[in-house]
Amino acid sequence: MLDTTALESFPSLISHGINVAGEISAPPSFQLPNSNDFDGFVKETIQMVKPAKGTTTLAFIFKEGVMVAADSRASMGGYISSQSVKKIIEINPYMLGTMAGGAADCQFWHRNLGIKCRLHELANKRRISVTGASKLLANILYSYRGMGSSVGTMIAGWDETGPGLYYVDSEGGRLKGNRFSVGSGSPYAYGVLDSGYKYDMSVEEASELARRAIYHATFRDGASGGVASVYYVGPTGRKKLSGDDVGELHYHYNPVTPSTVEQEMVEAAGP
Amino acid sequence: MTKQHANWSPYDNNGGSCVAIAGSDYCVIAADTRMSTGYNILTRDYSKISHLAEKCVMASSGFQADVKALQKVLSARHLTYQHQHNKQMSCPAMAQLLSNTLYYKRFFPYYSFNVLGGLDSEGKGCVFTYDAVGSYERVGYSSQGSGSTLIMPFLDNQLKSPSPLLLPAQDAVTPLSEAEAVDLVKTVFASATERDIYTGDKVEIVILNAGGIHREFMDLRKTDAFTEECMFMIDLF
Repeated sequence: MLDTTALESFPSLISHGINVAGEISAPPSFQLPNSNDFDGFVKETIQMVKPAKGTTTLAFIFKEGVMVAADSRASMGGYISSQSVKKIIEINPYMLGTMAGGAADCQFWHRNLGIKCRLHELANKRRISVTGASKLLANILYSYRGMGSSVGTMIAGWDETGPGLYYVDSEGGRLKGNRFSVGSGSPYAYGVLDSGYKYDMSVEEASELARRAIYHATFRDGASGGVASVYYVGPTGRKKLSGDDVGELHYHYNPVTPSTVEQEMVEAAGP
Repeated sequence: MTKQHANWSPYDNNGGSCVAIAGSDYCVIAADTRMSTGYNILTRDYSKISHLAEKCVMASSGFQADVKALQKVLSARHLTYQHQHNKQMSCPAMAQLLSNTLYYKRFFPYYSFNVLGGLDSEGKGCVFTYDAVGSYERVGYSSQGSGSTLIMPFLDNQLKSPSPLLLPAQDAVTPLSEAEAVDLVKTVFASATERDIYTGDKVEIVILNAGGIHREFMDLRKTDAFTEECMFMIDLF
């Protein structure tokens, strides 16, 4: 018997969902939604799975403390609404939060978290731990789960137990870890960060690694850009280490040297 | 069961553009005066600017019903503040109040794109720019509304100041003088009127400085060049 599967024409993509007798012999077709408005439905699903949170933020724990870095671009669809957004939010003098996702959601809830942390200090006569602060935020976000807010944040700080780093998101997730990157540029940042990371780095080496990781993410991800900010949180509190325009960083890492042809042409042009 | 879509929307977009520029000791806030719905013009003489506090002015484009409601809420809150603290709200304080007010309606937002301008406690110009749900940022200049995608690149070209995130920090206010800034605003609206159908008629310009508040108007193109000519000949305006 000849194998004629290769001769079959492509099946019709419109499945009517009717259970026709002899369906076993029907050509294979995609399962499609039983919808009147197919285009609208598809648009909605694409929106659902679309990689959200156009940004690059990262944070990691190392020997000397916690390093936190982020870009500063805000986009509304394809329009760059700002190149100077503060994505590293100062919750209090020893704790930082990063912003990824909805700008208003992150700003508001971090401000709210700062208030709650201060109230905790006043009520308990001691600073709140990073574990506690991240739990407060995670619980609030969990209660708003499914309502459409978009928050992908890292809470980084130094408390009695040493350096602390948690990832908290608007799905209600909360993860403790040593190394995180959040946002559309995070795959690129992870590549640089993971390959260059050593626990025993000095503060200078760690800040350079963080800066480089952000730079590389802004280079490849259209939704990230602006200024790469790097913060350090240590036993004495938080400190901003650098803020560099990524366009200028590009030429810092890839200096322009005139080629020999250009040199000759300059010389040939004469005095 | 397919998802039901609403036949009626609580929102409408009345169009218009707003701009604000911060200077070393002044702030210029401007908005056009056209109010539209769809392809119709509702009025050519509607103010989108609200004087919230002594040194704080807000310009808002978007859905003017929501803008009006927002202005009323902020005015009322400011009055309460004055009674409780015996002083006017500073511009940065009003900026945060606006952000919180917008976020409290996060799940049924004010369809209002705002720009807040004024003088900070040191007398320097400050501009705050917002999205519809309250995220805000202090900047040297900003534009919002239907013409913002036309206006913003031009302002970036003329005024681009170093980002406030750079380290070592560099000042964000524009080096322009007050007269130059007003002139720039007039140019910007004249250009936006050419290419944005929702921007036109008149531009209302408010200038805040140590001497107080000053308001002026400038006529803009109401319609296409041929009809303008006809209107001029028949003396329609």
